[in-house]
Amino acid sequence: MNYPALLVDVTIFVLSLWVGFEVISKVPATLHTPLMSAANSIHGIVLAGAMLIAVTANDAVGYVIAFLAAAFAAMNVVGGYVVTGRMLKMFRKRPSLPPAAVGANGGKASANGAGAPGPSA
Amino acid sequence: MSTFDWVIQLIYVLAASCFVMGLHLMNNPATARRGNQVSATGMTAAIAATLAIVIHGNLITVTGWIVLLAGALVGAAAGLYSARTVQMTAMPQLVSVFNAVGGGAAALVGIHDYMRAGAAVSATTSVTTLLDVIIGGVTFSGSIIAAGKLQGIITSAPVTFPGARLVNGLLAVIAVGFGAYLIAAPSAGLLTVVVVAALIFGVSMVMPIGGADMPVVISLLNAFTGTAVAMAGFVIGNWAMIIAGALVGASGGILTKLMADAMNRSIRNIIVGGFGTGDAATAVAGPGGDVKSIDADDAAIQLAYASKVIIVPGYGLAAAQAQHEVAALADVLESHGIEVSYAIHPVAGRMPGHMNVLLAEANVPYPQLKEMDEINPEFARADVALVIGANDVTNPAARRPGTAISGMPILDVDQAKSIIVIKRSMGHGYAGIDNELYVDPKTSMYFADAKKALAEMTNAVKTLVA
Repeated sequence: MNYPALLVDVTIFVLSLWVGFEVISKVPATLHTPLMSAANSIHGIVLAGAMLIAVTANDAVGYVIAFLAAAFAAMNVVGGYVVTGRMLKMFRKRPSLPPAAVGANGGKASANGAGAPGPSA
Repeated sequence: MSTFDWVIQLIYVLAASCFVMGLHLMNNPATARRGNQVSATGMTAAIAATLAIVIHGNLITVTGWIVLLAGALVGAAAGLYSARTVQMTAMPQLVSVFNAVGGGAAALVGIHDYMRAGAAVSATTSVTTLLDVIIGGVTFSGSIIAAGKLQGIITSAPVTFPGARLVNGLLAVIAVGFGAYLIAAPSAGLLTVVVVAALIFGVSMVMPIGGADMPVVISLLNAFTGTAVAMAGFVIGNWAMIIAGALVGASGGILTKLMADAMNRSIRNIIVGGFGTGDAATAVAGPGGDVKSIDADDAAIQLAYASKVIIVPGYGLAAAQAQHEVAALADVLESHGIEVSYAIHPVAGRMPGHMNVLLAEANVPYPQLKEMDEINPEFARADVALVIGANDVTNPAARRPGTAISGMPILDVDQAKSIIVIKRSMGHGYAGIDNELYVDPKTSMYFADAKKALAEMTNAVKTLVA
């Protein structure tokens, strides 16, 4: 049986939406920024579309559109994956590096708490 | 269907599976990095397969190749540079820019396809093309405005003018009306009208939205971009784009709902614009009282004697660039056996989950970052709750009906045994109402800049426990 292409496309679209809802609702709030950035990289697939329109471009307007689409999409996909990776690298279970900020503040030490009683801790 | 087409389609299925797997692995910080790699692998496969189509078809002109490669190189370089250099506080702007270019590329795909097909375009293709062009166009201009507001190039205050709603409505009617006409009578000239109307609509949709609502706007534009990409997939018959677009649409949709709920506002209310319009309930006066003001030493004593401290960071912390200072204070407290955790409200920051990234960058281990539902029962056991730059999300008035924030989910900071609030002044939060937490007898206010205050408190604690 031959279904019209649009019907197949709609089926794929709707089922993918449900898969998306199911998978993404399990992502903890801690990771919502990297999640959005990851989703951003995934819509970089529009680069495939930009490549395919470059095939049929054969006049000046077509070339300009293809150039812009390719540039936009490539920026989206490359930037998206790199920045997501950069963010996720920072999520550590334990601080593995010596916290630089402690040293940075140490220099500014003043006699602020000098008169206060010392705690047993 | 040739063997070549079979192989290509199977690679697309593989790529789509990688996207789903990648998103699935993001359900835990421990596996999230691998998820990103899996997703990137799928993307590489999909792009390689598309490249094979381009080469295999052998229809592309030499100029076409040059244009394609030049565009991809320029874009990739721009993406790489911005991704490597962006500050974590500027992440919402970058995400907005990526939304803009993604939506823009999707719209361009639709425009190109429409121009090429000319009068031969079928009605069903026209519908998806127009949806692609309209949604993509709105996303492109809207995201650029959102990025400009976040960057401070455009005022973050809501910008409205008399009759703004009428103009917006008119633009929507033009875009959809001309679009509908185009389905019946294809015309490249009229498509331009639709594109322009969509672009202006994007601007006029985001301009009236205030800075505090940005987490919702970014999420919504993210959902739009995904939908536009899926529509572009319909137009050129590419399943990988349909699936990827739908996944992003779902992700953006979920985040939009979560953010709107966390801010106690409906999505419609945010888009229509202006805080407090419509639900302008007169605030029921809460318990009055005096404000107790303290300095770094008093705060340090409270902290040093505590056994459990919960830090409540808000956007003010990020605005003061004090995430490293708060991490340093937490380190000192922890090294003296004090239990420290962070209570993160869903809208702390300028995009969903923003505060977690800022604290992760300051080397805070993620097990200490607690979500609202997880941390709320713990406040009762906390000796000190340290509130830094958070206001409305800590206001107990949200539990009573009749205030501007009634019903908003809040952090139960007032349950802690004592509360220290670091704040510049008694100024209001975005909701524009008094915070009853500040007059609670258990609360001490430390009026100072967050960065300076935290550094002084850290030194004071060090001196105390030395």
